[in-house]
Amino acid sequence: MSKPDLHTLGPLVALVALIVLGALLNPAFLAPGNITNVLARSAFIGMIAVGMTFVITAGGLDLSVGSMAAFLAGIAIIAMNAALPGMGENWGTILVGMGVAVLGGLVAGYLNGALITKARIEPFIVTLGTMGIFRSLVTWLADGGTLSLDYGLRTLYRPVYYGGIGWITWPIITFAIVAFAGEWIMRHSRFGRHVEAIGSNDRVARYSAIDVNRIRLMTYMLLGLLVGLATVLYVPRLGSASGSTGVLWELEAIAAVIIGGTALKGGTGRVWGTVVGVLILSLIDNILNLADLVSPYLNGAIQGVIIVLAVVLQREKRIAEER
Amino acid sequence: MTILALQDVSKSFGPIEVLHDVDLALEPGEVHALIGENGAGKSTIMKILGGFLDPTKGQVLLDGRQVIFGSGPEAEAAGVVVIHQEFNLASDLSVAANLFLGREIGGWRLDHAAMRKQTSELLERLHSPIAPETLIRDLSVPDRQMVEIGKALSRNARVLIMDEPSAVLTHREVGTLYEQIDRLRVEGVAILYCSHRLDEVAHLADRITVLRDGSVVRRAMRGELDEDSMAAAMVGRELQDFYPPKGQPSPEPALEVSGLSVPGRVRDVGFTLRKGEVLGIAGLVGSGRTELAEGLVGLRAASGEIRVNGQPVAISSLRDAFDAGLAYLTEDRKEAGLLLNKGLRENLTLATLERFGKFRLDTVAEDAALDKATGDFDIRAPRRDMVAGKLSGGNQQKLLLAKTMLPDPQIIIIDEPTRGIDVGTKSQIYAFIRNLSAEGRSVIVISSEMTEVIGLADRVLVMREGRLAGQVEGNAMTEDNIVRLAMGVAGEAA
Repeated sequence: MSKPDLHTLGPLVALVALIVLGALLNPAFLAPGNITNVLARSAFIGMIAVGMTFVITAGGLDLSVGSMAAFLAGIAIIAMNAALPGMGENWGTILVGMGVAVLGGLVAGYLNGALITKARIEPFIVTLGTMGIFRSLVTWLADGGTLSLDYGLRTLYRPVYYGGIGWITWPIITFAIVAFAGEWIMRHSRFGRHVEAIGSNDRVARYSAIDVNRIRLMTYMLLGLLVGLATVLYVPRLGSASGSTGVLWELEAIAAVIIGGTALKGGTGRVWGTVVGVLILSLIDNILNLADLVSPYLNGAIQGVIIVLAVVLQREKRIAEER
Repeated sequence: MTILALQDVSKSFGPIEVLHDVDLALEPGEVHALIGENGAGKSTIMKILGGFLDPTKGQVLLDGRQVIFGSGPEAEAAGVVVIHQEFNLASDLSVAANLFLGREIGGWRLDHAAMRKQTSELLERLHSPIAPETLIRDLSVPDRQMVEIGKALSRNARVLIMDEPSAVLTHREVGTLYEQIDRLRVEGVAILYCSHRLDEVAHLADRITVLRDGSVVRRAMRGELDEDSMAAAMVGRELQDFYPPKGQPSPEPALEVSGLSVPGRVRDVGFTLRKGEVLGIAGLVGSGRTELAEGLVGLRAASGEIRVNGQPVAISSLRDAFDAGLAYLTEDRKEAGLLLNKGLRENLTLATLERFGKFRLDTVAEDAALDKATGDFDIRAPRRDMVAGKLSGGNQQKLLLAKTMLPDPQIIIIDEPTRGIDVGTKSQIYAFIRNLSAEGRSVIVISSEMTEVIGLADRVLVMREGRLAGQVEGNAMTEDNIVRLAMGVAGEAA
């Protein structure tokens, strides 16, 4: 733990290299406005990816988070619009929406977790199913179009995304808190230790008096909660939700976790690595948009190469260790 | 004429030489036993013979000529086959598919009929009535081993290297294994047999080589060494009092069990465990011993009445069992006992983390607990920050024992206390167990090794087909009586 190895340093080195590259290619890269933009955009995927780190470390997977975010955004907007006539255009109404998103996230996480632990269905299959269900529900609620928040409420709610302390906006602050808390929980709490034990060998965990199902369920609920939190911060950005909200977020979150050095088969969780992974993915996107070197349309291809490369490097480290 | 031999072989890993000038010759039609404590160099020799490692110095001779096997498959092609402790079978494929894996009969379309026919011929030769289309995962462990042996034969093995083949077998199944080995011997196969069970070495081996600390310390022919002198040669000193003297259980009951049933596995078992007693549970594998223990500590759904110190307790989870002062050490060290890829500290405290900090885990206290455990249980770890999987089997077992004892249980159930462990560590573990009872704790020892149960326990319960078949005590604790009860053979029982 004490001595940093290639495993932990690799992604960090890549991140620094990207920052240097970005700064060389375009001076505007280091402007506060751009940095805020990159960090704020990372925040949604970032919070979800921190939750995903726990799910994956415990040996699970959740494909439904992108659809879940869209669905939660949809029902939060519907709730706020519905509460508006009775409660008026104030923070109380917005708090109703936030509550719906966060509680909805917990319930959705519980649903995933309960199907996996109680009905004993593979996580991949359960969340593939709920991914379709949430996506379809939000499309249905929006009747194929867009669910829009009332204009007045939207103006009131806007600062939650755009405001903050100086140029550090609320999503960045929230992401930082989630990242710190996530790292602390994984490293220093009993829950974190149990999560790693379950992902490492759930039979050993069971024979060590650990309530494996409860811990697993809690990882999915934690992830649901964080998806709800991300939604709370995402809704004021556009003030709307549709069937195309949060598309492919699940894959970006999983990719960030993998790039960060958490093994997809579970057992070892690196929350810091995940944060670095999220930043790497957003920086690639940002640099391609700022520099004319490569078409931004190739963003996905470059991200794909990075993911595969990250895993190959980690595998070589492991083989070297086993020798 | 010698088929395969090591001549003057040394092997170093980095600066450390682990084998020193070893000579070993495998003759056709001969069972050659290789014995030694863990770490004596047995596995290194097996790996060199099987082509998985190259010697640093010296030669491997096949039919008198030097060979260098680049890999396991190359050695196999030359007729040298290793049967590892962990089987090398694809569990979702059939027996026939496994036997012909990688060299299937047929072109674009597989000739299933031919493969099935050859498989059943082969299994017939081994007197093993397994249907060729059975899936491996539906087979019992000994049957799987038979398939491994069959696979080796189907590759025209001339040399068979067997690593602890009987560790996973029961008394009766070991008999079948011996028959197979006798048959292979008659067919002229050279067999290298590694085992910790000295009784079977005495029974099987035509020639014995004893290793200690990487050197050959003794060579003997059949009948030259009895079990005691084998153990003495391995350890390098006389093993006096291999089993500690028996104790004086108090008449007070610590645990009373009545009508305990585990659906489909255990039926209506009742017994009493006294304070300071070591109670043995014997029986064939599959007789419900482990299931009884797991039902008792809440790892399996069970019904029945359990009293601890006279008070009735309800146990529906392992946590409840801990609270009632019970602990269980699993027989499956690698898959249920320890997290092999995690550190010693994480493993030690895993079941009792609530004692190490309410919110933030107190790693300083955890380290202190590890210090105490390494001292108390004599865990020899080259490095503190190593993963548990890199410890030797004996040290893993000591770590698991330390982990089990951390909640300070008064009643400890130990399932197979010394499976796959060298002689020196075995006697240490026996001493630990006796110590626990001397402290007034009560211990249940479940074991397939008859001598172990008899040597260690104050009293032995024998299980058969999920029921208690009887108990033996005092002078009646003989192998013969236990086997009779375990097999359900009519005759005098205690």
